[in-house]
Amino acid sequence: MAEWFRRSADKIKTLDKRDTAEGLWIKCPRCAQVVYKRELEKNYHVCISCSHHFRINSSAYLKLLIDNDEYHGIAENVRSVDPLSFKGEKKYSDQLKAAQTKTGLNEAVRVVVGKINGQDTVVAIMDFSYIGGSMGSVVGEKISRAIDHARKRKLPLIIITSSGGARMQEGAYSLMQMAKTSAKLAQYSKDNGLYITILTDPTTGGTSASFAMLGDIILAEPNALIGFAGARVIKQTIGEDLPEGFQRAEFLVEKGFVDNIVHRRDLKRTITQIFNFFGIEKFQNSKVTEIE
Amino acid sequence: MSKYTLEFEESLREIEEKIETVKSTGIKTGVDVTSTVQQLERKLEDKRKSIYKNLSRWDRVQLARHPRRPHSLDYIEMMCDEWMELHGDRYFGDDKAIVSGLAVIAGKSIMIIGQQKGRGTKDNMLRNFGMPRPEGYRKALRLMKLAEKFNIPIVTLIDTPGAYPGLGAEERGQAEAIAKNLKEMAIIGVPIINIVIGEGASGGALGIGVGDRLLCMENTWYSVISPEGCASILFRDATRAKDAADAMKVTSIDLLEMGIADRIIPEPEGSAHMHPKKASEMLKDVILEELAQLVTLNTDDLIENRISKFEKMGKWEEI
Ligand SMILES: [Zn+2]
Repeated sequence: MAEWFRRSADKIKTLDKRDTAEGLWIKCPRCAQVVYKRELEKNYHVCISCSHHFRINSSAYLKLLIDNDEYHGIAENVRSVDPLSFKGEKKYSDQLKAAQTKTGLNEAVRVVVGKINGQDTVVAIMDFSYIGGSMGSVVGEKISRAIDHARKRKLPLIIITSSGGARMQEGAYSLMQMAKTSAKLAQYSKDNGLYITILTDPTTGGTSASFAMLGDIILAEPNALIGFAGARVIKQTIGEDLPEGFQRAEFLVEKGFVDNIVHRRDLKRTITQIFNFFGIEKFQNSKVTEIE
Repeated sequence: MSKYTLEFEESLREIEEKIETVKSTGIKTGVDVTSTVQQLERKLEDKRKSIYKNLSRWDRVQLARHPRRPHSLDYIEMMCDEWMELHGDRYFGDDKAIVSGLAVIAGKSIMIIGQQKGRGTKDNMLRNFGMPRPEGYRKALRLMKLAEKFNIPIVTLIDTPGAYPGLGAEERGQAEAIAKNLKEMAIIGVPIINIVIGEGASGGALGIGVGDRLLCMENTWYSVISPEGCASILFRDATRAKDAADAMKVTSIDLLEMGIADRIIPEPEGSAHMHPKKASEMLKDVILEELAQLVTLNTDDLIENRISKFEKMGKWEEI
């Protein structure tokens, strides 16, 4: 298979522009290998030659994790307003519209209830493509409702993070979402809820300094950028270059802040292994999920 | 050196200088200048009143950062009958950007935790310009838990340009340290009052900022990022901090209107740095008043109210 691929990859380098324009082929940003798109999809959007994990959206994660891709949405009708009538270089209200058009999503997080290898689970997934996965009032509210739902129904909770941090266009409102989601998690934890976070590229700023770092178990995708402060700011502050691999998932494992790195191919199996270990099914009624 | 250093105080400085000139002319020439001086002093007062009545957001940001503005330890010294500072997170070290300890105010035991800026280069280096590292947040949590154990209320004083963006801070888990405080502070079973006394920048401020009441001194700002940071990202021009301050609505008054702050603590005329003692008395009175209310609640109600306060935060619509 690898043999076959390498040979075809050689051919790919002579592609004409039309083929790439049609999006049939993708160049791996890490190893520069040109990959056939459909092949990449089959391999969980992971580069076949170097294991680079391409960023994927919430739909792709749902497909990857949820049995038969069947789930119920939670808090789907919660929408952003522009509470400060914010205008920077662009108007926030225009940015929201543009993000909706570009992504087909209505916010930077989706919350669902679905089965993972038969286990009902509340899953929240952030979309980096929606204003950098930034957390404003709606992301905070949806995450909070996800936690509430898991708490009420005694279900395990999984949050897949990809976010540049808090959404500046909502000022202090977005900052408070860090406290809001963390407070909810405190309640859920007190009630013995099981919370797993899966940190993907990137997870930084206010998102990392709240629910991302509060998992009972914290998993990360290979090479994901994870940290509080941005690399550029740190570099400016300390006036020197940052070491190789700084703020990458492997670095966080080394420093003791992430439990494990999981290849996307093994993600669903790993989650189930954790569920089984803790005996989730004992806590709750694993009947058909009701919408709240 | 003039008392006035900020741009909007320029006209005050001019009048003050004129008063000095007139006075020295009077001494030199023997001419009676009393009435002229009185006139000018009245003018100075009127001018000050009109300036402080119409402060822009950016003016307040500058006042919040004023080098002579009282910092945590200044207030602690002025307010407390007794104070014993306690150091260290018990894991790594003692972060001097956060001070914490046992305070007695008007005969009452209070655990105070405050972000501490320095004054002058050397002191600022020691205090890391008020930018805490993970061990600062961990020290804060350690002492909050200790306070909880003995049913002692907690007061936190927020005054930071942000958590320190450094190599070691990241290695030792800045994000985890802040996140953990947010989670734990939500369910600590004693009253917690958070007070912004200067600057409140981002998660670095919020890391000691979860509690039952958020009080803001009048000339302060608190937001998700500094006006400069917002300007460089969303305006693509770091010099537009003034516009960013307006766009993000960062002042105490804005936060009260947004329903995030519960109360504004007024400052003496000309801001806290002009009359620190008076400012500390106003602060002390409010702390005692708020605590008197909070201590009447039982622990379950206290925590439930606290969580529901944060639950309501944010603005969204449901379609
Ligand atoms: Zn590759």
